[in-house]
Amino acid sequence: MSDAAPIIELRDVHLAFGEKEILTGVNLRLAARERLVVLGQSGSGKSTLLRLILGILKPSAGSVQFQGREVARMRRRPLNAMRQKLGMVYQYSALISSLSVRDNLALPLEELTDKTPAEIDALVDEKLALVGMADARDKMPAELSGGMRKRIGLARGIIMDPALILYDEPSAGLDPVISSVIDQLIIELSEKIGATSVIVTHEMESAFRIATRIAMLYRGRIIADSTPEEFKKSTDPVVAQFISGNIDGPILEGGR
Amino acid sequence: MLNPLPYARALLQHLSSAVWLLIQTVQEMGDHARRGRLPFRLASFFEQTERVGVGSIPLVALVSFFIGLTMALLTGYQLQPFGQERLVPPLVAIGFTRELGPLMTGIMLAARIGAAFTAELGTMTVAEEVEALEAMGLGPLRYLVSPRLLAVFLLMPCLVVVSDLTALVGAAAISRWAFDIPWQSFGESALQSLLIRDIVAGVVKSFLFGLIIGLVACYKGLTVRGGAAGVGHATTESVVVAITTVIGFDTLCNVVLVALFDK
Repeated sequence: MSDAAPIIELRDVHLAFGEKEILTGVNLRLAARERLVVLGQSGSGKSTLLRLILGILKPSAGSVQFQGREVARMRRRPLNAMRQKLGMVYQYSALISSLSVRDNLALPLEELTDKTPAEIDALVDEKLALVGMADARDKMPAELSGGMRKRIGLARGIIMDPALILYDEPSAGLDPVISSVIDQLIIELSEKIGATSVIVTHEMESAFRIATRIAMLYRGRIIADSTPEEFKKSTDPVVAQFISGNIDGPILEGGR
Repeated sequence: MLNPLPYARALLQHLSSAVWLLIQTVQEMGDHARRGRLPFRLASFFEQTERVGVGSIPLVALVSFFIGLTMALLTGYQLQPFGQERLVPPLVAIGFTRELGPLMTGIMLAARIGAAFTAELGTMTVAEEVEALEAMGLGPLRYLVSPRLLAVFLLMPCLVVVSDLTALVGAAAISRWAFDIPWQSFGESALQSLLIRDIVAGVVKSFLFGLIIGLVACYKGLTVRGGAAGVGHATTESVVVAITTVIGFDTLCNVVLVALFDK
């Protein structure tokens, strides 16, 4: 973990929905240009972490900071300004179904910048070329396959050249080849535009391919946070069971 | 015994959330306007006005024509034995301008447009499209709610005028055929009977009903939970709540207007 000023810092973050506690004291610090993969079981609160960073959810306790500013305390306008520095790539792409691929990508540029239509078109073409989807420019989201939609989602996520890109299960539900293509794209994008990335997944192969750092969320807390090499060698029984996929171990027994 | 408190609490919660939705939409529009931009997307607004306005004209015109015709026919036959058929034009004119025009148009729009808005926004909510707009810092309420709300709010009075006119045409046609009232006499009698307050009451109601229908539909759409079934449930609820609220506010308006002007 770097000592440089963090892009994102979560300190003792708690989140509960009514009686149900989702996060019970998460601590995370992410420096620029890192690719942090957050692993965890389905329903462990991984996607919730991303929504806390985006300010869509507010923590019950603790602090979530983006570039040194407290996200939960931001008012609407600064919060929206902050969100323009973030790119979010959704599990099911979340493309606006009534808009063409071009319009999906152009939307934030048209609404939030003063760029001319020609500049917007050039940027859209550039990002589509980056994800290898230049031919899909005039297609509607319904005409695209799952993998193609994911790539368009990626292109939309980087259209504003964000400082931080958040990926929610980027390779879930895709065949192994397309999954590798998406993983490779994530690495290339983070290197080309110099963005920091947080990738939420429960797919081990993807995690080890993409990550410069891996954290594991279990029972509302980060129980491991290390480089992929160290993570692989972890002696923590939960981490070891999660990596091996063994059915015997503390995860299904409900203990540690 | 049935405890009304939880229902009252839920009703108040929904009411305050819907009002909060309206306030936030206006605030998001204000944010955009402060940056020297149009507070809503013009293309979306025109798309919605065409859908709400132009698209609703055939339904509103046809239904109003038949109701106007039926109203004139039935009241005419009741008045005929007393030789009072001449009261048919004022009856239809006042009845539609002040009451039936806004009310029937409100009910038709709640069913046709309110349901469409809720289903559309509900599907977008379930597919995380609304959250994606929020995550991009676009202001989903400004982008999605403002063009819809403005379209239904501004076009409701126009549709009410269509409703009033087609109802009068229907009533005039049947009066000519069944009661021998010439077209011109019908028109003159209808116009003479109308007071400014009747027209104002109709216009005020139209704006109010438009706002209610748009707000209920958008609120129900944006608060959908539970996938496709949730969208279906919210759409049904949206139509039921909008129609009930429109009728409720119509009654309230009538009580207030009668107390203010008709005593």
